[in-house]
Amino acid sequence: MDDAELLRRLLGGDEKAFTELVVRYNPTLIRVALYYVNNQASAEDVAQDTWIAVLRGIDRFEGRSSFKTWLFHILVNRARSTGTREHRSIPIDPTSNESSVAANRFDDGGTWRVPPEPFTDAIDSAVSNEKIVRLVHESIARLPEPQQAVVTLRDVEGLSTMEVAALLELSEANVRVILHRGRARVRNNVEMEMTGGGS
Amino acid sequence: MRLSAPPLVCREAVELMSDYLEGSLSRRDRKRLEKHLVDCPHCSMYLDQMRATIAASGAIHPEDLDPQTLDDLTELFRQFRGDADQG
Repeated sequence: MDDAELLRRLLGGDEKAFTELVVRYNPTLIRVALYYVNNQASAEDVAQDTWIAVLRGIDRFEGRSSFKTWLFHILVNRARSTGTREHRSIPIDPTSNESSVAANRFDDGGTWRVPPEPFTDAIDSAVSNEKIVRLVHESIARLPEPQQAVVTLRDVEGLSTMEVAALLELSEANVRVILHRGRARVRNNVEMEMTGGGS
Repeated sequence: MRLSAPPLVCREAVELMSDYLEGSLSRRDRKRLEKHLVDCPHCSMYLDQMRATIAASGAIHPEDLDPQTLDDLTELFRQFRGDADQG
Protein backbone atom coordinates (compact mmCIF):
# COMPACT_ATOMS: atom_id res chain seq x y z
CA MET A 1 0.00 0.00 0.00
CA ASP A 2 1.46 3.38 -0.90
CA ASP A 3 1.73 6.39 1.39
CA ALA A 4 -1.17 8.24 -0.22
CA GLU A 5 -3.52 5.32 0.46
CA LEU A 6 -2.26 4.95 4.05
CA LEU A 7 -2.79 8.66 4.54
CA ARG A 8 -6.34 8.44 3.21
CA ARG A 9 -7.06 5.65 5.68
CA LEU A 10 -5.39 7.53 8.51
CA LEU A 11 -7.67 10.49 7.85
CA GLY A 12 -10.57 8.07 8.27
CA GLY A 13 -9.18 7.10 11.70
CA ASP A 14 -7.62 3.79 10.73
CA GLU A 15 -5.18 2.76 13.46
CA LYS A 16 -3.49 0.15 11.27
CA ALA A 17 -2.65 2.79 8.69
CA PHE A 18 -0.95 4.80 11.42
CA THR A 19 1.12 1.89 12.72
CA GLU A 20 2.09 0.98 9.15
CA LEU A 21 3.47 4.51 8.63
CA VAL A 22 5.30 4.30 11.96
CA VAL A 23 6.89 0.97 11.02
CA ARG A 24 7.84 2.37 7.63
CA TYR A 25 9.34 5.67 8.72
CA ASN A 26 10.28 5.68 12.40
CA PRO A 27 13.79 4.21 11.84
CA THR A 28 14.53 6.93 9.26
CA LEU A 29 13.18 9.64 11.55
CA ILE A 30 15.52 8.49 14.32
CA ARG A 31 18.54 8.34 12.03
CA VAL A 32 18.00 11.78 10.63
CA ALA A 33 17.29 13.20 14.09
CA LEU A 34 20.67 11.83 15.24
CA TYR A 35 22.32 14.31 12.91
CA TYR A 36 21.01 17.11 15.14
CA VAL A 37 20.60 15.82 18.69
CA ASN A 38 22.85 14.45 21.41
CA ASN A 39 21.83 10.83 21.71
CA GLN A 40 19.49 7.99 20.80
CA ALA A 41 16.98 8.75 23.56
CA SER A 42 16.71 12.32 22.41
CA ALA A 43 16.29 11.21 18.78
CA GLU A 44 13.51 8.82 19.80
CA ASP A 45 11.71 11.66 21.61
CA VAL A 46 11.99 13.87 18.55
CA ALA A 47 10.57 11.07 16.38
CA GLN A 48 7.65 10.64 18.77
CA ASP A 49 6.95 14.40 18.79
CA THR A 50 6.97 14.26 15.02
CA TRP A 51 4.19 11.66 15.01
CA ILE A 52 2.15 13.80 17.39
CA ALA A 53 2.58 16.72 15.01
CA VAL A 54 1.50 14.49 12.12
CA LEU A 55 -1.68 13.50 13.95
CA ARG A 56 -2.39 17.14 14.79
CA GLY A 57 -1.66 18.45 11.32
CA ILE A 58 -2.93 15.68 9.08
CA ASP A 59 -6.24 17.43 8.38
CA ARG A 60 -4.34 20.40 7.05
CA PHE A 61 -1.89 18.41 4.93
CA GLU A 62 -2.74 19.48 1.40
CA GLY A 63 -0.65 17.03 -0.54
CA ARG A 64 1.36 19.70 -2.34
CA SER A 65 4.48 17.79 -1.36
CA SER A 66 4.67 14.06 -0.79
CA PHE A 67 3.80 12.78 2.67
CA LYS A 68 7.43 11.75 3.07
CA THR A 69 8.76 15.25 2.40
CA TRP A 70 6.20 16.78 4.76
CA LEU A 71 7.06 14.25 7.46
CA PHE A 72 10.82 14.84 7.15
CA HIS A 73 10.34 18.61 7.30
CA ILE A 74 8.43 18.30 10.56
CA LEU A 75 11.16 16.01 11.91
CA VAL A 76 14.05 18.26 10.92
CA ASN A 77 12.41 21.37 12.41
CA ARG A 78 11.91 19.60 15.70
CA ALA A 79 15.31 17.96 15.74
CA ARG A 80 16.98 21.27 14.98
CA SER A 81 15.25 23.01 17.92
CA THR A 82 16.10 20.14 20.24
CA GLY A 83 19.73 20.21 19.08
CA THR A 84 19.90 23.94 19.77
CA ARG A 85 18.50 23.41 23.27
CA GLU A 86 21.09 20.69 23.83
CA HIS A 87 23.84 23.05 22.61
CA ARG A 88 24.87 20.47 20.10
CA SER A 89 26.92 21.58 17.14
CA ILE A 90 26.06 19.97 13.85
CA PRO A 91 28.69 17.35 12.95
CA ILE A 92 30.85 17.82 9.90
CA ASP A 93 31.97 14.88 7.83
CA PRO A 94 34.82 13.26 9.79
CA THR A 95 36.19 11.46 6.76
CA SER A 96 36.30 14.31 4.27
CA ASN A 97 40.03 13.83 3.73
CA GLU A 98 39.86 10.08 3.35
CA SER A 99 39.97 8.37 -0.01
CA SER A 100 37.11 6.09 -1.05
CA VAL A 101 39.31 3.03 -1.19
CA ALA A 102 42.30 2.30 1.08
CA ALA A 103 45.42 3.77 -0.53
CA ASN A 104 47.34 0.51 -0.20
CA ARG A 105 44.97 -1.17 -2.63
CA PHE A 106 46.56 0.84 -5.46
CA ASP A 107 50.13 0.74 -6.75
CA ASP A 108 52.30 3.83 -7.03
CA GLY A 109 50.82 4.63 -10.41
CA GLY A 110 47.26 4.54 -9.03
CA THR A 111 46.26 1.22 -10.63
CA TRP A 112 44.49 -1.46 -8.59
CA ARG A 113 46.96 -3.68 -6.77
CA VAL A 114 44.21 -5.40 -4.73
CA PRO A 115 41.15 -5.09 -7.00
CA PRO A 116 37.54 -5.18 -5.77
CA GLU A 117 36.44 -8.64 -4.66
CA PRO A 118 33.18 -9.87 -6.20
CA PHE A 119 30.31 -9.70 -3.65
CA THR A 120 28.43 -12.44 -5.41
CA ASP A 121 28.27 -14.24 -8.75
CA ALA A 122 25.05 -12.40 -9.55
CA ILE A 123 25.64 -8.75 -8.78
CA ASP A 124 22.65 -7.74 -10.92
CA SER A 125 20.32 -9.43 -8.48
CA ALA A 126 21.82 -7.87 -5.36
CA VAL A 127 18.43 -6.39 -4.51
CA SER A 128 16.97 -9.86 -4.13
CA ASN A 129 20.00 -11.07 -2.19
CA GLU A 130 18.81 -10.83 1.40
CA LYS A 131 22.30 -10.98 2.82
CA ILE A 132 23.48 -8.02 0.75
CA VAL A 133 20.37 -6.00 1.57
CA ARG A 134 20.84 -6.71 5.27
CA LEU A 135 24.55 -5.86 5.17
CA VAL A 136 23.89 -2.61 3.31
CA HIS A 137 21.29 -1.53 5.84
CA GLU A 138 23.52 -2.46 8.78
CA SER A 139 26.41 -0.56 7.22
CA ILE A 140 24.28 2.54 6.72
CA ALA A 141 23.24 2.39 10.38
CA ARG A 142 26.93 2.48 11.34
CA LEU A 143 27.89 5.45 9.15
CA PRO A 144 29.07 8.57 10.95
CA GLU A 145 26.89 11.66 10.67
CA PRO A 146 26.25 13.45 8.39
CA GLN A 147 26.79 10.49 6.06
CA GLN A 148 24.06 8.49 7.77
CA ALA A 149 21.44 11.20 7.35
CA VAL A 150 22.40 11.92 3.74
CA VAL A 151 22.61 8.28 2.57
CA THR A 152 19.34 7.45 4.38
CA LEU A 153 17.44 10.31 2.78
CA ARG A 154 18.94 9.93 -0.70
CA ASP A 155 19.42 6.17 -1.16
CA VAL A 156 17.04 4.57 1.33
CA GLU A 157 14.14 7.03 1.00
CA GLY A 158 14.86 8.12 -2.56
CA LEU A 159 14.70 11.89 -2.06
CA SER A 160 16.50 13.91 -4.74
CA THR A 161 19.85 15.51 -3.98
CA MET A 162 18.09 18.89 -4.16
CA GLU A 163 15.48 17.81 -1.59
CA VAL A 164 18.15 16.44 0.74
CA ALA A 165 20.13 19.68 0.45
CA ALA A 166 17.06 21.81 1.22
CA LEU A 167 16.04 19.63 4.14
CA LEU A 168 19.45 19.55 5.81
CA GLU A 169 20.39 23.10 4.77
CA LEU A 170 23.50 21.95 2.94
CA SER A 171 24.66 22.89 -0.54
CA GLU A 172 23.95 20.33 -3.24
CA ALA A 173 27.68 20.03 -3.88
CA ASN A 174 28.23 19.24 -0.22
CA VAL A 175 25.44 16.64 -0.25
CA ARG A 176 27.10 14.95 -3.23
CA VAL A 177 30.48 14.79 -1.49
CA ILE A 178 28.97 13.38 1.71
CA LEU A 179 26.91 10.89 -0.31
CA HIS A 180 30.00 9.78 -2.17
CA ARG A 181 31.92 9.12 1.06
CA GLY A 182 29.00 7.30 2.63
CA ARG A 183 28.33 5.09 -0.38
CA ALA A 184 32.03 4.21 -0.69
CA ARG A 185 32.13 3.24 2.97
CA VAL A 186 29.02 1.06 2.64
CA ARG A 187 30.46 -0.67 -0.45
CA ASN A 188 33.76 -1.32 1.34
CA ASN A 189 31.92 -2.77 4.28
CA VAL A 190 29.79 -5.10 2.16
CA GLU A 191 32.86 -6.24 0.25
CA MET A 192 34.64 -7.01 3.50
CA GLU A 193 31.70 -8.94 4.95
CA MET A 194 30.83 -10.81 1.77
CA THR A 195 34.37 -11.95 1.11
CA GLY A 196 35.33 -12.78 4.66
CA GLY A 197 38.07 -10.15 4.59
CA GLY A 198 36.67 -8.47 7.67
CA SER A 199 38.11 -8.97 11.07
CA MET B 1 43.40 24.74 -29.16
CA ARG B 2 42.11 22.51 -26.43
CA LEU B 3 44.38 20.05 -24.76
CA SER B 4 42.83 16.63 -24.39
CA ALA B 5 42.22 15.61 -20.80
CA PRO B 6 44.81 13.30 -19.26
CA PRO B 7 43.57 9.72 -18.83
CA LEU B 8 42.32 8.67 -15.41
CA VAL B 9 44.02 6.14 -13.19
CA CYS B 10 41.93 3.75 -11.06
CA ARG B 11 42.57 5.65 -7.83
CA GLU B 12 41.01 8.76 -9.43
CA ALA B 13 38.24 6.84 -11.18
CA VAL B 14 36.74 5.47 -7.95
CA GLU B 15 36.37 9.01 -6.62
CA LEU B 16 34.10 9.90 -9.56
CA MET B 17 31.74 6.92 -9.41
CA SER B 18 29.06 8.33 -7.10
CA ASP B 19 28.83 11.62 -9.03
CA TYR B 20 28.74 9.63 -12.26
CA LEU B 21 25.71 7.70 -11.01
CA GLU B 22 24.13 10.97 -9.84
CA GLY B 23 24.60 12.37 -13.35
CA SER B 24 26.49 15.31 -11.92
CA LEU B 25 29.91 14.91 -13.53
CA SER B 26 31.07 17.47 -16.04
CA ARG B 27 30.95 16.25 -19.62
CA ARG B 28 34.73 16.12 -19.66
CA ASP B 29 35.01 13.98 -16.53
CA ARG B 30 32.18 11.74 -17.67
CA LYS B 31 34.02 11.04 -20.93
CA ARG B 32 37.28 10.41 -19.09
CA LEU B 33 35.59 7.97 -16.73
CA GLU B 34 33.72 6.15 -19.48
CA LYS B 35 36.92 5.80 -21.45
CA HIS B 36 38.67 4.37 -18.40
CA LEU B 37 35.82 1.93 -17.69
CA VAL B 38 36.03 0.43 -21.18
CA ASP B 39 39.56 -0.75 -20.47
CA CYS B 40 39.35 -1.47 -16.76
CA PRO B 41 37.35 -4.51 -15.59
CA HIS B 42 38.21 -3.79 -11.94
CA CYS B 43 36.78 -0.28 -11.98
CA SER B 44 33.77 -1.61 -13.91
CA MET B 45 33.21 -4.09 -11.13
CA TYR B 46 33.57 -1.32 -8.55
CA LEU B 47 30.92 0.67 -10.39
CA ASP B 48 28.58 -2.36 -10.55
CA GLN B 49 29.05 -2.85 -6.82
CA MET B 50 28.30 0.80 -6.16
CA ARG B 51 25.10 0.46 -8.22
CA ALA B 52 24.15 -2.72 -6.35
CA THR B 53 24.81 -1.03 -3.00
CA ILE B 54 22.52 1.87 -3.90
CA ALA B 55 19.80 -0.48 -5.20
CA ALA B 56 20.00 -2.55 -2.01
CA SER B 57 19.74 0.63 0.10
CA GLY B 58 16.39 1.36 -1.49
CA ALA B 59 15.13 -2.21 -1.18
CA ILE B 60 12.44 -2.56 1.46
CA HIS B 61 13.95 -3.64 4.71
CA PRO B 62 11.52 -3.08 7.54
CA GLU B 63 13.74 -2.88 10.55
CA ASP B 64 12.31 -4.42 13.63
CA LEU B 65 10.63 -1.66 15.49
CA ASP B 66 11.00 -1.84 19.23
CA PRO B 67 7.58 -3.20 20.39
CA GLN B 68 7.52 -0.66 23.22
CA THR B 69 7.83 2.21 20.74
CA LEU B 70 5.02 0.81 18.66
CA ASP B 71 2.84 0.36 21.77
CA ASP B 72 3.59 3.92 22.92
CA LEU B 73 2.71 5.37 19.55
CA THR B 74 -0.43 3.25 19.21
CA GLU B 75 -1.53 4.48 22.64
CA LEU B 76 -0.84 8.02 21.53
CA PHE B 77 -2.98 7.49 18.45
CA ARG B 78 -5.89 6.16 20.57
CA GLN B 79 -5.66 9.11 22.95
CA PHE B 80 -5.59 11.45 20.04
CA ARG B 81 -8.64 9.82 18.45
CA GLY B 82 -10.43 9.91 21.79
CA ASP B 83 -9.77 13.64 22.18
CA ALA B 84 -10.83 14.29 18.62
CA ASP B 85 -14.08 12.37 19.08
CA GLN B 86 -14.92 14.30 22.24
CA GLY B 87 -13.95 17.64 20.78
